[in-house]
Amino acid sequence: MTVSELATRLDLKVYTGEQSTRERCVSGCYIGDLLSLAMSKVQMDSAWITIQTNMNIVAVSSLADGACIIIADGFVPDDSTLEKAKEQEVIILGSELSAYDIAKKLAELGI
Amino acid sequence: MAEVMKLHYVVSGDDFTRAGETSSKVKKTLNQLGFRPEVVRKVAIAMYEGEINMVIHADGGTIDVDISSDEIVIVMQDKGPGIPDVEKAMQEGFSTASNNVRELGFGAGMGLPNIKKYSDVMEIDTQVGKGTKLRIVIYAKE
Repeated sequence: MTVSELATRLDLKVYTGEQSTRERCVSGCYIGDLLSLAMSKVQMDSAWITIQTNMNIVAVSSLADGACIIIADGFVPDDSTLEKAKEQEVIILGSELSAYDIAKKLAELGI
Repeated sequence: MAEVMKLHYVVSGDDFTRAGETSSKVKKTLNQLGFRPEVVRKVAIAMYEGEINMVIHADGGTIDVDISSDEIVIVMQDKGPGIPDVEKAMQEGFSTASNNVRELGFGAGMGLPNIKKYSDVMEIDTQVGKGTKLRIVIYAKE
């Protein structure tokens, strides 16, 4: 499943990510808010669910080669985070749902 | 002997928001040079952790990266407080980071353990009150 399809199926808000970059495939998920742990646990092409919104999440997702960041519980990324994400071509999505509910939906979709 | 590309960076110590920029640049370079994604990921993670440590603990420092087709050698040097107990610092979960650093999601005590996990060789030369030199080697061949 692509990030684009995922965003549509879960009704996620798309904060950053051009349509073309959202064609990337998603194949797993990690939930966590500690950046060092996320850095080591977010696998290539997986979605990272977090409530962190500061700019350092962009570096973590980009360096770990994750497919996208999904910000849970309605938290809104900082402007500086969005700016950095656009620059690094990191996709940031958002949802009002909790991390658990987002992950449940991902599992239902076979991710 | 394989040709070596040498890169040198200065990491600023006062700016958390820019931490990771050096790692991103090196990652981009390695991708352009056609290294395997697994190798690039290992370098990116190990370097980022080192870079963050420099910003959190040592007011910045320098990073030298030597890239050859066989291996990537990263030397990170700072003039920070040094590490009094390296063995303890290598334990997952041990951290001396301040509360405001933790609020940003850092300070999980995974920095050095992650560097060790993602590198093939890791050497620490540290002196309390003088600084730390970290040498990491990541093999590029399968």
